[in-house]
Amino acid sequence: MADQARFAELAMPYMSPLYSAALRMTRNPSDAEDLVQETYLRAYRGFGGFQDGTNLKAWLYKILTNTFINSYRSKKRRPDEVELDTTEDFSLFRRLGGLEAANAGKTPESEVLDAMPDAVVKDALESLPEQFRMAVLLADVEGFSYKEIAEIMNVPIGTVMSRLHRGRKQLQQRLWDFGREHGLVPDPDTIPTPEPAGAAG
Amino acid sequence: MDCEKASYRVYGYLDGELRFYRRWSIRRHLDKCPPCAQSFDFELEVRQVVSSKCRDECPEELRRRIAQALEQQDVGE
Repeated sequence: MADQARFAELAMPYMSPLYSAALRMTRNPSDAEDLVQETYLRAYRGFGGFQDGTNLKAWLYKILTNTFINSYRSKKRRPDEVELDTTEDFSLFRRLGGLEAANAGKTPESEVLDAMPDAVVKDALESLPEQFRMAVLLADVEGFSYKEIAEIMNVPIGTVMSRLHRGRKQLQQRLWDFGREHGLVPDPDTIPTPEPAGAAG
Repeated sequence: MDCEKASYRVYGYLDGELRFYRRWSIRRHLDKCPPCAQSFDFELEVRQVVSSKCRDECPEELRRRIAQALEQQDVGE
């Protein structure tokens, strides 16, 4: 089949991004692998209907999302998928406000973010309720526009906007919570008062 | 444009999804209001951190498996 070489050439470069997205969706490497494989098989079978010049990346993500929703979602719902309270106004920036910068030239807020290990950030994203997690993943990690996300998730643009807004606020709250658990964010109650100059050593 | 209105539109602005006039009026507010400008910068930074720290490499074994599965598709046709 002449199409196969073309499909491989066009679609294979997206394998790592799709695998990352699949990991965030399924939260399990073996399910993620199966999901990506199934996505490629479906995409290959449907490749005849794919129109040149349209957005191949968005098309692959739509297949990934549909396959996830149809085959994997119901199978493994985790009990922690409850919405957090009081997330609407949560601001990580305000919470981190008032920290002292350790290095000149950097804000203390960005130091805290930079210091977060990848695993903590991934955990924070994966802990969001599914609809928010998918919206944030598609926008912030993959860089899709509202219109593309609406098409991928098959919802109106207004829904995309509200999921993104709430998802991002919740993500910041989780980063704050996880950062505290891992000792990456100083607890305001336990920050020692600076010792007088000359007292140390 | 006041701080509350600007912060309500923070994501639309950062996502590049606002029309010209709204974009311009937020830009003008940010130029005059350092606290809002800082909080917008921070939002952008959170996004960059999430984007750069949530990437995984596809395992070689999976690449091979998919290539094989696609070949079998052709044989089956």
